[in-house]
Amino acid sequence: MSELPDSATLTAADEAAANPVVGIDQTAGNFSYKVDYAFDAGTGLNEDTVRYISSVKKEAPWILEFRLKALKKFLAMPMPTHWATKDLENIDFNKIRYYLSQGQKPKRTWDEVPDDIKKTFERLGIPEQERRFLSGVEAQFDSEAAYSNIKDLVAKQGVIFVNSTEGLREHPELFRKFFGKVIPTGDNKFSALNSAVFSGGSFIYVPKGVKVAQPLQAYFRINAENFGQFERTLIIADEGSEVVYMEGCTAPKFSTSTLHSAVVELVALKGAKIQYITVQNWANNVFNLVTKRGVAHEEAEIKWIDCNIGSRLTMKYPGVVLKGRKARGEVLSIALANDGQHQDTGAKMIHAADETTSNIVAKSISVGQGRSTYRGIVHIPKHLKGCKNNTECDALLINTNSRTDTYPAITVRGDRNATQHEASVSKVNEEMIFYMQSRGLTEGQAMSLAVNGFINDLARQFPMEYSVELKRLIDLEMEGSVG
Amino acid sequence: MSASPAIVQASTVGSFTAEAFAAHLGAQKHLPARWLDRKRAAYEKFASLPMPKRGDEAWRFSNIGTLTLEGFEVGRVVPDAPSVSSPFGPAHLTFVNNTLAARTAPVADLASQGVIVATLHEALTRHPELLQAHFMAQPQKLGSEKFAALHTAFVGNGAFVYVPRGVELPAPIVITHAARGAAAAVFPHTLVIAEENSKATVVDLFASMPDLSSPATDPASDHGESEGTRFACGANDLYAGHGSNVTYVAAQNWSRDTLSFQLNSTIVRRDARVQSLNLHLGARQARHESLSQLQAPGAFSQMLALTLAQGAQEFDQRTLQIHQAPNTKSDLLYKNALCDQSRTIFSGLIVVDPDAQKTDAYQSNRNLMLSDDAEANSLPGLEIQANDVRCTHGATSSRIDPEQEFYLESRGIRPAAVQELLTFGFFADVLAKLEHEGLRESLQAMTRAKLQPPS
Repeated sequence: MSELPDSATLTAADEAAANPVVGIDQTAGNFSYKVDYAFDAGTGLNEDTVRYISSVKKEAPWILEFRLKALKKFLAMPMPTHWATKDLENIDFNKIRYYLSQGQKPKRTWDEVPDDIKKTFERLGIPEQERRFLSGVEAQFDSEAAYSNIKDLVAKQGVIFVNSTEGLREHPELFRKFFGKVIPTGDNKFSALNSAVFSGGSFIYVPKGVKVAQPLQAYFRINAENFGQFERTLIIADEGSEVVYMEGCTAPKFSTSTLHSAVVELVALKGAKIQYITVQNWANNVFNLVTKRGVAHEEAEIKWIDCNIGSRLTMKYPGVVLKGRKARGEVLSIALANDGQHQDTGAKMIHAADETTSNIVAKSISVGQGRSTYRGIVHIPKHLKGCKNNTECDALLINTNSRTDTYPAITVRGDRNATQHEASVSKVNEEMIFYMQSRGLTEGQAMSLAVNGFINDLARQFPMEYSVELKRLIDLEMEGSVG
Repeated sequence: MSASPAIVQASTVGSFTAEAFAAHLGAQKHLPARWLDRKRAAYEKFASLPMPKRGDEAWRFSNIGTLTLEGFEVGRVVPDAPSVSSPFGPAHLTFVNNTLAARTAPVADLASQGVIVATLHEALTRHPELLQAHFMAQPQKLGSEKFAALHTAFVGNGAFVYVPRGVELPAPIVITHAARGAAAAVFPHTLVIAEENSKATVVDLFASMPDLSSPATDPASDHGESEGTRFACGANDLYAGHGSNVTYVAAQNWSRDTLSFQLNSTIVRRDARVQSLNLHLGARQARHESLSQLQAPGAFSQMLALTLAQGAQEFDQRTLQIHQAPNTKSDLLYKNALCDQSRTIFSGLIVVDPDAQKTDAYQSNRNLMLSDDAEANSLPGLEIQANDVRCTHGATSSRIDPEQEFYLESRGIRPAAVQELLTFGFFADVLAKLEHEGLRESLQAMTRAKLQPPS
């Protein structure tokens, strides 16, 4: 790690020197800069809020109509507490800010990024080299994209990489066709909420046959108390194209609850491949209620790599609708729930064509009083043939009263398909810990190593920098979990 | 009777009206007041609870639209005592339409050892404290509170089996519950209490008989989609005391026009072992709920089920294994063979309470898909709150390996026989877990009879 003048970064560097395994200081997220918000829709949600957001964004009338319809749906739909945790009832929708922006135009170069935003990156302990790497990043600060330049690079291949406002304004012919189609507004209460108040997020179009060489990235941050972020992402991979998208989140800790409710829609046309990678590390007061779904056409492949470490409650079940013959869907999921956290994650695989295959591998770790839940749907309707699903769920419980739940639902019709589901719950092998301690590791280090070993086969599938970050985050979470 | 018809909507009680209940109570008025009070309270609860509706998690995937309480005849008494043949040999107790129709005393020296094979009515006066402690005493956690209350309200008579401390039964106790008549509504009940270190095997057979006008025939051959609809709402309570060994077999062979609910509760005490096997063959729509509570260290519950679903049958099985103490073990294996347009639902949950360390729990649902129109739903669940446990579950749905099938056909075995062979092969490992050979053979015979209806 290079020398950085900022004192907070020095603290992180000191810690890193003291313990080389720990590279990221978790408390680095505990700050909030005063930001002058040029546009602020206030707290609470009604028709005026929606009209205000739409007018600030200078949206076309059809988008406003879409938003207002969604608002009605959101208000009419009940909370899904007949199956979901009662903690949802603690969300006070009237105390949330639904829109906030600095009114900045998206920036092109690093120099143009405001100093306070740069400071935010520094406080996160991102080293110089990585920041240079990050110059290829769509860095989102609050609701609007604050920085972007990879855009120009990929634009040479004809790739469109813009935020949701720009996407709907500049390229309606491309995006309108699929916008809100993969995840209908009324899919669930929170997709309706997002549809009413969305801002930010990425709209990506990859033309036929284009293989995007570098992953497209977007960093999201929440930087205001009680401010919910409602990104809207739509990725369309045209026939035979390939794209990898990465989404990483860190957020400051706040005293009152914050709501994050994104909608992410993926469309992989014939033979296309989309990989969507998320590392979610919201602060422990964030409700993270996200709807993610992709449609895979003939011989297309959609892969969700989903890692949840932060938040108070995450409810997220990335799905793939396997619409074309031989389409393939995959969800690889890692969840870590510490004290006061509930990671309610899983996957949905809807087989809608012959010879479609899906694979779900979910690993969860519950630490202290943390609770992790796997919830899944595998659906193979009538008269299909040659469909296959494989589901594996493994849960690791660290402390005596850590909690884990598994709630899959598998429906198979007909005799020409095959599904298998397996789940196991275990604890860290005591002999393994004893062995490592006998070789001089502390119990905490041994535990960290064991946990990293538990998720290693999944973490290896992450791009390198993400798997490094993940390992560091797990080390941090495991600190103080034993003894 | 305080549940006024004005409050109670017809749809929530159907044929089981306040008048029908009053008539039922009238026929039972010689029984202890405490029993009648309990039935009154149960009826009020039944009438006040809503029917299951779409969106109820406990009824997910169930066909709610075909659940009905209408059109059944309550309390029709059978004038004669027809013989009901049982593949398990002569039954010790035979109930027809909730009334004791026949009984065979178990061998004499068992009675001298204190073994009781009695009716609920007899137990009510002779062993009220045992009945009080065990009859429908466990919570309904799987969604059928309403039907459990209906059962308690209308239960006519039933079986009471008590095995004292240290006594081992040499042969199974067989109980037959029959429904007779086109619109019969029956409420079978079997209560088994096995005291410390005792050993017992109890068999329940559920069968339908043709209408009163036609002569009684073998219920096992009742395959026809006969006229009318029948209703069965049964329950059985098993209590396995310290160190006891209980085997419970239930063979459900209701007629194909029956709407059936069967609610099972099993308590397993320290070092006790319970093996239960449910064979599901009959009914139009059958819901089976099974709750197993492992209450003390060393308790072991093995839960087995075999279902052969044909036609448009729906089998809806819900299970709950609750590990309430450390060092307990449960092992569940539910196998469904699905033909035609049949549907099955398996929803199982393993719960490990906080501090129930060293739990060893297993849950497996296997679906053999034998038709392109059949539908299998699996909801295998876990809720674990202790870390030092071994809990796994699995669910699979598929046809048999096509190569094996091809092999069979290449040996000249006709496709229908292949299906039968596959089903038997699929069921074999579950049946093999039964210690009692005679029981195994009887269950096989019943399965075969369903696969090869007399032409």
